[in-house]
Amino acid sequence: MSYLFAAYMVIWILLSGYLVILGKRQQKINKEIEFIRELENTQ
Amino acid sequence: MHRSLIWILIILMSVALYLVFIWSPIEKVMGNVQKIFYFHVGSAWVAFLAFGVVFVYSILFLMKRKRSYDMIAGISAEIGVLFTAIVLTTGPIWGRSAWNTWWTWEPRLTTTFILFFLYLAYIFIRRMDGAWEKKARLAAVFGIISFIDVPIVFMAIRWWNSKLHPIVFGDAPNQSGGGIEGEMLVTLLFCLGVITLLYIVLLQKGIYIERTKLAVENVKKNIQEKLMK
Repeated sequence: MSYLFAAYMVIWILLSGYLVILGKRQQKINKEIEFIRELENTQ
Repeated sequence: MHRSLIWILIILMSVALYLVFIWSPIEKVMGNVQKIFYFHVGSAWVAFLAFGVVFVYSILFLMKRKRSYDMIAGISAEIGVLFTAIVLTTGPIWGRSAWNTWWTWEPRLTTTFILFFLYLAYIFIRRMDGAWEKKARLAAVFGIISFIDVPIVFMAIRWWNSKLHPIVFGDAPNQSGGGIEGEMLVTLLFCLGVITLLYIVLLQKGIYIERTKLAVENVKKNIQEKLMK
């Protein structure tokens, strides 16, 4: 039973890790968009 | 991306987990640990699919030089590596329980191990410094060549007649496929479908992020050009 638990934990950890990576990429782009908007407003 | 697709995925994933842990019978010899099989095989299938997409879009890129083709190949490779990592970690956990060893240099394990590093190298090629077109060309050629390992991984247990990985679908000289019960087969096929849907959702999300990134880069370039004038 512990092997089964370990295997499914690994699956969810790896999947969640990739989702976090995608989320961080999205966040970085959002920040850049925000910066460009601010830049345009000041001009 | 359609939010409804994510909700459908969440519902279907819950059904898949119900089928795996409650509905499907417990295997007589291996016991509960056999339930790793459903997501292990599903992940292997999606890894093959993802690398197949890399192969197709790499060819398309070399033919038409469209950036979107290169983008799709790159994202698909990332997802393929993720699912190969799942295969390579859940496999040994299952193997420790079933074969009493974490790892053996058996043909399928060895070729899968090589597959993981081939596409990891592909990702590193994409992240090198330099002009995107040069990197994309190099990555496309590498993506096409690396795909040779996919059929080798699939056929490994048939060509080298390994007994550790049983054949589930199709036959081999000394083994015949279809060796699982009906309920187990239904659960397996359902999991294959759900994990494929997960691949589609991740691919869509990745494409959306990369397209937005590209658009932002273009806007930044335009601003820079304006400032230079």
